[in-house]
Amino acid sequence: MPATAADIRKKEKIIQRVFLIIAFSSLFSLFLIALFIFIEGFPMIMKVGLKDFLLSTRWSPTRGHYGIFAMIVSSFWVTIGALLFGGPLGLMCSIFLVEFASARWRAIIKPALELLAGIPSVVYGFLGVVYLVPLVRDYLGGPGLSLLTSCIILGIMILPTVISISVDALVAVPNSYREAAFSLGGTRWQTTYMVTVHAAKSGIITALVLGMGRAVGETMAVIMISGNALKIPTSILDPIRTMTSNIALEMGYASGMHRQALFATGIVLFFFVMALNTIATLFARRKAIK
Amino acid sequence: MPEPLIKARNVSLEADGKPILKDISLDIFRNEIFGIMGPAGGGKTSFLRLVNHTFRGSNVKIEGRLHVLGEDVLSDEVNPTPLRRKVSMVFATPVVLPMSIFENLVYGLRIQGIRDKSRLREAAERGLKAAILWDEVRDRLDKPAQKLSGGQQQRLCIARAMALSPDVLLLDEPTSGLDPISTFRIEEALKELKKRHTIVLVSNNTKQIARVSDRCAFFLMGELIETGKTSQMFTVPREKKTDDYIAGRFG
Repeated sequence: MPATAADIRKKEKIIQRVFLIIAFSSLFSLFLIALFIFIEGFPMIMKVGLKDFLLSTRWSPTRGHYGIFAMIVSSFWVTIGALLFGGPLGLMCSIFLVEFASARWRAIIKPALELLAGIPSVVYGFLGVVYLVPLVRDYLGGPGLSLLTSCIILGIMILPTVISISVDALVAVPNSYREAAFSLGGTRWQTTYMVTVHAAKSGIITALVLGMGRAVGETMAVIMISGNALKIPTSILDPIRTMTSNIALEMGYASGMHRQALFATGIVLFFFVMALNTIATLFARRKAIK
Repeated sequence: MPEPLIKARNVSLEADGKPILKDISLDIFRNEIFGIMGPAGGGKTSFLRLVNHTFRGSNVKIEGRLHVLGEDVLSDEVNPTPLRRKVSMVFATPVVLPMSIFENLVYGLRIQGIRDKSRLREAAERGLKAAILWDEVRDRLDKPAQKLSGGQQQRLCIARAMALSPDVLLLDEPTSGLDPISTFRIEEALKELKKRHTIVLVSNNTKQIARVSDRCAFFLMGELIETGKTSQMFTVPREKKTDDYIAGRFG
């Protein structure tokens, strides 16, 4: 019996539903993660008090002190530092790829950069410990395991994010802009920094912000190279402990309030990353409206 | 006869094995409006792009000689940047850069390293007056250029080119897609501009060529069919094809 139009329509509907459910199941897992973090962490924040939790630097769970301020500051600085290393490097790399590189170079560099994203973070951390940490210790002083080392390694780790998004932004700049700028006597570099980068600004900012999101969430490499000392860093050569590394380091033996405090740290991270993603979305949308 | 500003001798252009221009020879003199007309795909725009060295494409074969302001622009040694400062091009679709009206106007000067505020202002004003746009935008030079209407954007592009005081202004269909009033304004501006500049005007609007050009050329399928005084071309053309095109029998 040949399928009637009604049959086909029904089948279409079913397939549509199935995909809708599958799509929502990934969203649902995000919802569950958020829910559990909040259920576990929120009562603890209420008990200790938001101010004591966020703004105190005393973290000794065995004695009932749960202040994560030092870790917030460390996470903040390591993110900014990663941006300082990875941002300019990534931006210039994408400018080279889009504006200057021949098709042949692009065919070599782009896949190589994508490979960079596929290297496990423990490998970055290992390379950092073996090569970068002694270098910093011998030439700059301090223990080597430090804010600076973490910033450099994280700066490299955010490169794929920064590059792929800012390449997209630069490619999206209409060629007519470049032609118009050339026809007024601009050189390639003048056109790039006065017109193209300017036109791609919102996309580039999005790239940098998402790179920051990647840096703030990184854990494994940071544990290995940051030294994990619990204090507010006063120099770039001081060891640090970020929020993520604290969770990873202590979750093995934490119980009770201590465990809840780690989940509460997760809430803070959650807001950190959400704020960065919101900023990135706002910039991306601003461009779309234009 | 004076030495022509643009002198093409047997210029042929081939891209991806397809002939675009075939054996073009013509002269363009100082302070004239030289019209280039013909149906789409005739090579008009490609010719302009050769003149200011913005022709791009892979697998391009160019023959012949094309002297612009005494320099052979088809040779490999030519540096396009200074050439484009003397030979400005305005495209068919207005491309305003994503910045303010003022920054658009002075872009060409800024990239030459000129920072002097009064000089920039003066050039901006000169360009706007030349393109008959000054009265409309004088109060809002700091506003984004993309907010202007299509006709104003096109005149801004002309003004931007004029702010550089180029020797030659290349216009590629500057009034396509504009209303009659904007078209009229631009044509008036061109007549004023030719007193000090040389203008090459590409248009497939034959009436426009008849209205504003002094001499003109007819391009058809990459070939130069005829060139001469506009008054003569439009009254007693030598070639039958020209006559047919002007009379609207094809194209």
